[in-house]
Amino acid sequence: MRVTQPSDSVPLSLRSLAARRFGAVSWVGFAAWIIVIAFLLLAVFGPLFIATDPLRQTPGALLPIGSPGHPLGTDNLGRDELSRLVHGARPLIGIALLSTLFAALIGTTIGLIAGYSGGWIDQLLMRTTDLVLAFPSLLLIILLVSVTGAGPFPLVTGITVAMAPSFARLVRALCAREMARDYVTSATLAGTRAPRIMLVEILPNLTGPLLVQVMTTISVAAGFSAGMSYIGLGIQPPQPDWGYMVQAAQQFIYSQPSLIILPATCTLLFVVACNFVGDDLRDRFDLRRDL
Amino acid sequence: MNTRRPPLLSASGLSVTYGGSVTAVCEVDLEVAEGETLALVGESGCGKSTLGRALLRLEPASAGTITFAGTDISRLSRAGLRLARADMQMVFQDPMGSLNPRRSIGAIIAEPLRQTRGVSVADALRRARELLERVGLSASMADRRPHEFSGGQRQRIGIARALASSPRFIVADEPVSALDVSVQAQVINLLGDLTRQENLTMVFISHDLGVVRHVATRVAVMYLGQIVEIADRDDFFAGPEHPYSEALLSAVPALRGDPSEVVRERIVLRGELPNPAAPPAGCRFNTRCAYATDLCLTETPALREITEGRMVRCHFPASDPDGRAVAAVDRDEDPIEHTAISSPTKEIA
Repeated sequence: MRVTQPSDSVPLSLRSLAARRFGAVSWVGFAAWIIVIAFLLLAVFGPLFIATDPLRQTPGALLPIGSPGHPLGTDNLGRDELSRLVHGARPLIGIALLSTLFAALIGTTIGLIAGYSGGWIDQLLMRTTDLVLAFPSLLLIILLVSVTGAGPFPLVTGITVAMAPSFARLVRALCAREMARDYVTSATLAGTRAPRIMLVEILPNLTGPLLVQVMTTISVAAGFSAGMSYIGLGIQPPQPDWGYMVQAAQQFIYSQPSLIILPATCTLLFVVACNFVGDDLRDRFDLRRDL
Repeated sequence: MNTRRPPLLSASGLSVTYGGSVTAVCEVDLEVAEGETLALVGESGCGKSTLGRALLRLEPASAGTITFAGTDISRLSRAGLRLARADMQMVFQDPMGSLNPRRSIGAIIAEPLRQTRGVSVADALRRARELLERVGLSASMADRRPHEFSGGQRQRIGIARALASSPRFIVADEPVSALDVSVQAQVINLLGDLTRQENLTMVFISHDLGVVRHVATRVAVMYLGQIVEIADRDDFFAGPEHPYSEALLSAVPALRGDPSEVVRERIVLRGELPNPAAPPAGCRFNTRCAYATDLCLTETPALREITEGRMVRCHFPASDPDGRAVAAVDRDEDPIEHTAISSPTKEIA
């Protein structure tokens, strides 16, 4: 007779499906994944489903939540808050993802070359990295953005420069560890050239820690993006952006707190969820290492 | 004894220095004839692995030259070395660490062929499957990753990779010491069969004299970065010349009742391997040698040929009983006591 597994009796929920495919998932990790995926879907597809123009001003300013036609109310200029929230996801998440992508590419390249080469190349690259790392990230971004002028592209550049060094450091350390393993020696003996050793032999062995770092960086970059928009150096009005929306709603903190709470909560949720996804990934890769 | 062929690989005056002070390999002269299997033996830290890697230019030599098939590879550029390495490969000690866990074993075996012989991906993979069969695995396993295999199977994969570019010369660095005893014999036999079939020249690094006796055609004993004795296998096992070789060989358990086995007195070396950063003056073995005299403390013995094909670095080799007798007389007058306790165990201070 077949012994029923405990998992068989559990109704087929999304979490148990995920667990079947990806292994045991903690509730926090699972919720974090769902939130991050939901935000990504919102950023990509959300604006397609919102008919209301986020820039269109209507006569009814500061309408409360649940007003007819404006489920989340309107801001002081009578713009639909729901539409602004949905459209505001794109700049924040887009900037976070793009700058993380560039930071990961640049940092990983520097780290691989430094870790593989050693010697003076390593010293040169890592001391340069230290130089950038010596600046507080936010100050560095403000410095760069104030030179180039506010806007999404300067912001991406600034966050990339601020975030790349931590990738370089991480990858260099991981790469140096891999260099001591025989498969790298074996690749040298096989006549594999340096760029191929770095990309085909070493890099695939770094994916675990690298992915964790990517998720952490996305959350930090999202925070920077919101912060920069908040102080007026990021996304410029009237474009909807969560960071800027919090700043604009400050004067209505008593009359209409939802105008602050909604964008601030969205930012916070995304940042925290990214971090927990990073933690979940770390748990998984740590386990795999030991196997 | 055996007919000497011109050496495929020779090293002269080869030294490897770490951190400017530690000489891991000190002025080694070595010739490896085509088709032979030379075993490098010695205890941990004697520099045998470093020497093996230096022969493949995996360690930078601080002095000396390495000639392979008539080419001075110690002076080759990076590009030249890359192509030369098609003919010289290595089997590693750790069969897990030497296989990239993220690549399929087909890709792992095909890599040397693609890189050094310029073979296309498809052809290299086809050859990788053939090689898998040759080392006793199934060609259908080519898509699997290293962690799906046992230690012995992984070492077979390592051997297949080493053979992929059809090299002429292989360094096997303790290829079985990480394996279960039950698997060691299979891997050793495989390595032996393949060397014979392919007429491979091999440097076999090991501290296990039982394995060496089975594999090697010639034996070189290393102590503290120097070669102290080179002999044909049978000569070596019949009677080692260097006191260190004698001690090594006496530590091999003898088969009871095997008439061919020379029953040896157990010699236990006392003390540790001296610090390689500050090797003893004179003969490097003098701190642990039973026969050491004042001469050994001051004058470094040269590696000299005492009979055809037999080299020893000792003032008083075993084949010179008169010399040892003289040395014994010397020692009795020596204020430093060398305690020699007879049976069952002779200890050497």
